[in-house]
Amino acid sequence: MAMSRRKRGQLARGIQYAILVIVVVVLALLADWGKIGKAFFDWEAASVLFPDLFTVALVNTLVYTALGFALGLVMALPLALMKLSSIGPYRWLSTIYVEFFRGVPLLLVFIAIGYGVPPAFGIKFDNYSTAALSLGLVGAAYMAETIRAGIQAVPAGQIEAARSLGMTPLRTTATIVVPQAFRIILPPLTNELILLTKDSSLIYLLGLSIDQLELAKFGRDALNETKSLTPILITGLCYLLITVPLSYLSRYLERRTGRQRDRGLEVEA
Amino acid sequence: MTQGNGTDSGLAVELRGLRKSFGRLEVLKGIDLDVRHGQVVCIIGPSGSGKSTLLRCVNLLEQPDSGSVKVNGVELNDPDCDLDTARASIGMVFQSFNLFSHLNVLDNLTLAQRKVLKRGKAEAERIGRENLERVGLADKVYAMPSQLSGGQQQRVAIARALSMNPKVMLFDEPTSALDPELVGDVLGVMRSLADEGMTMLVVTHEMQFAREVADEVLFMDGGVVVEQGPPSRVIGDPQQARTREFLRRVLNPVHANE
Repeated sequence: MAMSRRKRGQLARGIQYAILVIVVVVLALLADWGKIGKAFFDWEAASVLFPDLFTVALVNTLVYTALGFALGLVMALPLALMKLSSIGPYRWLSTIYVEFFRGVPLLLVFIAIGYGVPPAFGIKFDNYSTAALSLGLVGAAYMAETIRAGIQAVPAGQIEAARSLGMTPLRTTATIVVPQAFRIILPPLTNELILLTKDSSLIYLLGLSIDQLELAKFGRDALNETKSLTPILITGLCYLLITVPLSYLSRYLERRTGRQRDRGLEVEA
Repeated sequence: MTQGNGTDSGLAVELRGLRKSFGRLEVLKGIDLDVRHGQVVCIIGPSGSGKSTLLRCVNLLEQPDSGSVKVNGVELNDPDCDLDTARASIGMVFQSFNLFSHLNVLDNLTLAQRKVLKRGKAEAERIGRENLERVGLADKVYAMPSQLSGGQQQRVAIARALSMNPKVMLFDEPTSALDPELVGDVLGVMRSLADEGMTMLVVTHEMQFAREVADEVLFMDGGVVVEQGPPSRVIGDPQQARTREFLRRVLNPVHANE
């Protein structure tokens, strides 16, 4: 039987949409809307969240994440340069570091930094330092790999041009390679930031005082208090408030870098 | 055609017994070359003949396996030589321009002046603007490289090299990546440089340019200099069969395979 290709395509799409609609309808019919409403949309339970949800929890999540990200970035650059070094021991150290902290669950790092390391060195960390250190140590491992890839993506001709002008290898790295690599790695770095935002929730392990609560722990405490899942829904939305703009930023940066590269190639080809 | 002027004492570039291999492939099989001050030397030859490698050995972007590289009387292959200082006085222009893509035109021109030659900001910018004017792009001071055409980028690259006040300029196929209608602008700038007495070593496929501007032409093939002399002889009346064959292909590409 002859059916045109366009007709077949329309039929296939029609079937897909039909299945989708059926699934949604079935789920809606099966669900107990009363219970869902009580669990997730209890406005009385929601009211206990404010204003601390924004003034304390959201702020703390941002602070823990920012501290961890900053430390991670500062450590990641030398790690990436070491990985690319011609000196063997530098490469080995960097590889060991990256493999270790990328391979170990962040949860364990938090426990180790929170409870193990301070007594071992006879020092005491506050929770902010522990969060920064734990997130930073692990974040650095991921970011080091990202930065290394970015550095390797800088065209060799850029380095040759700098060297032919009499610039030293160090100067070339600092003024040409690193700035260009950062443009390339900005989108993937934004993704790291999203991951760190969510990972910052693990700090609950340390036992936080009221004014140190971040979103996830704040939501769970409210859950215990109100016996409602509404705070969990709302804190979840708060995470999206941070991560969705970041992911749009990442996509925007990616498009921008892509455009620049296209233009670059167009005239260089 | 200008012959190298008479003021030279010593040589601008002096290569002796230059050898270079990539793996098992020997690209340079013992090259000797003298370039006097103010002289324009064009290197021609088929691709893979080693001409770009030879040029890149002059500022040691490529490290020769053996042989001597003297520029302005300084032996660059000497481990005690301050290579960065020496390179600052050797301008290089690349086939793919290699402007710093994250910097605007003026910053491209001033970066090395300030960091390497330690010139002040105002002085570096003045010299940068002068050289930009020299290549006819005074209005592009704040443009980003990606906003420029290939020909404009290459002229900025020439201005960047000139801003270091080089004693020698190396050109590595400077017009090979350009659309045909943009080649003329770049060659025009190079021609005026030659007229001003700049010492130039040019790897090129532009036979017309070599014929009119060069004081001396080198024909390379298979890692050796096959023929060398004034353009009127090497291009106009080649003595070697390989040179004649190459020129026949280049000057008359449509009929090359007949």
